[in-house]
Amino acid sequence: MRNRAITPRRCPTIPLYARLVRYGFRKHATYVWAALAGAFTNSVFGILRAYILIALWQARPGLAGYDMTDAITYCFVTQAFIGPMQLFGGGLGLPERIRSGDIALDLVRPAPLQAWTLAEDAGRAAYLFLVRGIPPMLVGALVFGIHFPAGPGRWLAFLTGFALGVVVSFGWRYLIALSVCWLLDDRGVAVVSLVLTTFFSGMMIPLHLFPGWLGDLAAVLPWAAMVQLPTDLYLGKAAVAQTLALQALWAVILIGLGTAGTRAIRHKVVIQGG
Amino acid sequence: MVRTYFLLLWTWTRAAAAYPASFALMNLLGFVTAAIDVAVILVIFANTTTLAGFSRDEVLFLYGAAALAFTICDTFVSNIDRVSSHIRTGTLDTFLIRPVSAWIQLTADRFQITRLGRILQAALVLGYAITALGLDWRRGWMIPVMVLTGIVIFGALWTLAGAAQFVLTDAPEVVNAFTYGSYQLSQYPLGIYARDVVRGVTYVLPLAFVNWQPGLYVLGRDDPFGTPEYTRFAGPAAALVLALVAALAWRQGVRHYRSTGS
Repeated sequence: MRNRAITPRRCPTIPLYARLVRYGFRKHATYVWAALAGAFTNSVFGILRAYILIALWQARPGLAGYDMTDAITYCFVTQAFIGPMQLFGGGLGLPERIRSGDIALDLVRPAPLQAWTLAEDAGRAAYLFLVRGIPPMLVGALVFGIHFPAGPGRWLAFLTGFALGVVVSFGWRYLIALSVCWLLDDRGVAVVSLVLTTFFSGMMIPLHLFPGWLGDLAAVLPWAAMVQLPTDLYLGKAAVAQTLALQALWAVILIGLGTAGTRAIRHKVVIQGG
Repeated sequence: MVRTYFLLLWTWTRAAAAYPASFALMNLLGFVTAAIDVAVILVIFANTTTLAGFSRDEVLFLYGAAALAFTICDTFVSNIDRVSSHIRTGTLDTFLIRPVSAWIQLTADRFQITRLGRILQAALVLGYAITALGLDWRRGWMIPVMVLTGIVIFGALWTLAGAAQFVLTDAPEVVNAFTYGSYQLSQYPLGIYARDVVRGVTYVLPLAFVNWQPGLYVLGRDDPFGTPEYTRFAGPAAALVLALVAALAWRQGVRHYRSTGS
């Protein structure tokens, strides 16, 4: 009986994570105005960026295998990704909890820290996809006209790629968050991450435009798996199986590194005593 | 007043310098972050020779002028956009009862000297563009004028953004679309935008005078939208009007502010 009071009703695994996803969703749903403000900003920037791409595609029609509408679509799809993929960084409460020592509490929870955080982050991504993802697309469709994936197969490929992109983005942000354990201050790493993510994900400009070896390199880096690859799936410009495989590979690598990192901080926390 | 402002800046700088390694790193990183926008311009021009009829160096000139004005405001004025968080936490009251103008205190609030790296980056790009284009002083006298005009316009925009937050306490991020959005807009020749957008940023929100109108004069080019020659010189007047509007809005905001009484 006493035992039950201390660890109240252990949830079975699947319902536990399902509940965490829902909590992550609800936690962010509290700040609906902030999310809508974000959607507004993303839409405005979408329009401004679209004009730059229009000017470029007017000068070079058919560049990168995109037609004009593809380029405009690219711009609004990538703006829609900013919220769910947290392309500007953050989204995880971990750095704060590591600094305050609350992380010790998280580490003794009845589920692994990484899986726990991933479940919450998935809920957050789902919410922001709805509130910050869809409005920029609608604005793009109304102002310029954009493509939508043709047929359920394309939709399925895109949504799978999108989900994998969220996992890759989580894997990356999780590693950045864990680095606080060693560096104590996460601002420097956060800026480095921001630079790498915004530039190499294809959020600013399609990676296909990068010249020479830079383009070849950028296309296989993990950041491409967040924006460029899912967007190409959306536009139907990439081989589906190959693209999904590359994304899955990065998801596995980053999650694996995260697991190793979690094990390492477990020791670190024990040594520091919280 | 000016002395107080610099005293506050100095205080925040001393606080930041307590961690010298982080201080140096943040300066460097600020420089790198700002360089992304230039990298994008360079990538675009790796694919084309002209954008809306402007060459790479001309675009870098327009970018540099806007970036220099914007980063200076971002360093010295943008701190004001934390008004809404001060309102929510109740700390705005302290600013109002001190014997210094709230605007001075808020623009210096948590001043980050580490943003100087960005100003340097913008100045370097502008310097490069001026040299590469071989601009001389016959038309080049306009360059300092346009940077000053830009500073006043962006400073007024931040002030308006701060004033708007007295109303938008729950969604302060809306103003980012105007402040950072204006910067994004002025990084490229306005010739790439639709006619109505350009009309809006000429006659309503005078962003065209940050770098576009005076820039056309410096580069000796005609406006693709056909505005008359004298609008090239209307920048300072437009900036002054916007500054007045911003000052009035800020006054209204402060006057109608009601403390939560905590």
